[in-house]
Amino acid sequence: MAREITYRDALREALREEMYRDERVFLMGEDIGHYGGSYAVTRGFLQEFGPKRVRDTPIAELGIVGAGIGAAIGGLRPVVEIMTINFSLLAMDQIVNHLAKLHYMFNGQFTAPVVIRTAAGFGQLGATHSQTFEGWYAHVPGLRVVMPAVPKDAKGFLKSAIRGNDPVIFIEHSLIYRNRGEVPDDEDFLLPLEGAEVRREGTDVTIVSWSRGYYLALGAAEELAREGIDCEVIDLRVLRPLDIDTVVRSVQKTNRLVVVEEGWRTLAMGAEIAAAVQERAFDYLDAPIARVGSLEVPMPYARNLERLVVPNKDRVVAAVRQVLYQKQPVTVG
Amino acid sequence: MTSTVGGRSPGLALPKSELLEMYRQMVLIRRFEEAAAEQYALGKIAGFLHLYIGEEAVAVGAIRAMDPRDHLVTHYRDHGYALALGLDPGRCMAELFGKSTGLVGGRGGSMHFADASKNFWGGYAIVSGHLPIAVGLGLASQYQDERRVAVAIFGDGATNAGPFHESMNLAALWKLPVLFLCENNQYGMGTAVEYASAVREMARKACAYDMPAERVDGQDVLAVYDATKAALEHCRSGNGPFFIEALTYRFRGHSMADPEMYRSKEEVEEYRRQRDPIVLFRTRLTQEGIAVATEFEEIDREIEEVVAAAVRFAEESPEPDPATVMEHVYAEPVRVS
Repeated sequence: MAREITYRDALREALREEMYRDERVFLMGEDIGHYGGSYAVTRGFLQEFGPKRVRDTPIAELGIVGAGIGAAIGGLRPVVEIMTINFSLLAMDQIVNHLAKLHYMFNGQFTAPVVIRTAAGFGQLGATHSQTFEGWYAHVPGLRVVMPAVPKDAKGFLKSAIRGNDPVIFIEHSLIYRNRGEVPDDEDFLLPLEGAEVRREGTDVTIVSWSRGYYLALGAAEELAREGIDCEVIDLRVLRPLDIDTVVRSVQKTNRLVVVEEGWRTLAMGAEIAAAVQERAFDYLDAPIARVGSLEVPMPYARNLERLVVPNKDRVVAAVRQVLYQKQPVTVG
Repeated sequence: MTSTVGGRSPGLALPKSELLEMYRQMVLIRRFEEAAAEQYALGKIAGFLHLYIGEEAVAVGAIRAMDPRDHLVTHYRDHGYALALGLDPGRCMAELFGKSTGLVGGRGGSMHFADASKNFWGGYAIVSGHLPIAVGLGLASQYQDERRVAVAIFGDGATNAGPFHESMNLAALWKLPVLFLCENNQYGMGTAVEYASAVREMARKACAYDMPAERVDGQDVLAVYDATKAALEHCRSGNGPFFIEALTYRFRGHSMADPEMYRSKEEVEEYRRQRDPIVLFRTRLTQEGIAVATEFEEIDREIEEVVAAAVRFAEESPEPDPATVMEHVYAEPVRVS
């Protein structure tokens, strides 16, 4: 059986179920308790589980993440919430220099199974609150970086992340918390923390994206379908380890690839995907790979400027036309 | 400041065998480090090598006071702690040689010793970055009602960095069983405390977090033992964290690459002559009538052999198998590519 629930509720269910299942699971983060979570994912949890397991912390990202690492080494299952991915930069040292490395550096003697939940997103929030850094974390061996787009994945991935033994950077998106989708009822519904998924089959062009970008890709595919252009849409879901095989198989069929990401394109996931695809499927490509991303500026506040900066459906459509060598309509942002 | 000179140390009531074991460990650390320096000069050890010579009393006194169940995380000057924990000198030396028999199979090197079976969760090389990890270990202990204390070892330099302050605050806020043990050797690499810290006494920084603190003579192994014992009891009894500042001095450079332009030869000589923790302890045990010269000499001879054997073991051990280079990046299998 399955029910249709929101992305936010999928996360809430995953956390609640795992907290009931395993006493060692606890939550730690800024404003997750009394305030209820800045995106309301943990609303009511303090009342339900008490302050030992739902821990409001000082505003000290590196301290929280480092404490999560120590708690995990000490036998607990911490789920650390970093309010937004922008603030995770304050914890970068803990994540990159410790969390990602302990298992290897100490020769597999112990692990630090910390789950770091954080959220990307934008919405007239200005330059320091509108970023997305999944590529920065995906750069680092030892981390698993997950960025689910749909409620089913949000729940299945989060439960697997909590039960697994690797550190996981679990990136949500503030603009898709209300998106709805089917989620299995099974309390042991788990998803392996790897693997892309072909969500829409097509023959003409492959569009790869993840998180909110997946919805842009899908919207573009639906619009283009009305003109008879048949797009295959892949939700990458996990950025490290990267399931490039699924993308390559698709490109071998469609011969054309568009990557859609929300952040800057320079040295980002799209660059990595394009490089990996040309390494493995050079002879299959009928057009240069196109990348859709943000304009390379700090995010401006003004609504019209912000709209110019972030990728939208029209720019995805334009990119698809580009790889099909179609004439572009005159006005494309 | 706590010092046992002139006073009666509870540590002196330890059985003679334990007191001699403390002496033995300090000599072991000294000779091990000297041998490591030699092997570094011979090109057998590469990278960074930070020697613990001069500071032996801190590790030996502190570890002796700890319960085996207590957690330990240290800075990168970690050889002394590993040896004081009783880890095999051969495996320690093999780690410096980058051999498969090393403590962490040659993956860590000098700065990243660890032994999970001893609750020694590693030497860390980002200054002050391991302090929040100690906080987390203390949290795990409190959460699971284990009465284990997490001991964090760090230098004076670490107390000026953000992670130190976030960790002190969290530990005090949540009343966690964490012992912050600061080895104040008076220099953060080549920068003297007076050039780096607005407050010269590290222990005073604890008052910002309402945390009890004590300064101790870090060249006096019994003083370190006594202070650590009392601090651990404080933490174990649910009173929250404790801060110890051990005043010590590093007799060698920061690392093997250090030309020591920042301090005078006279200063170093003065410490070596007057404040050598091994000489001080030996003199004390002699004065107290606990041991005689021949007993110390026998230990000294035994250690020469132990260290020579450790070097031989490291020398003769195989390098890590190249086929293992990708192992342990993840604990769970990775299937996609």
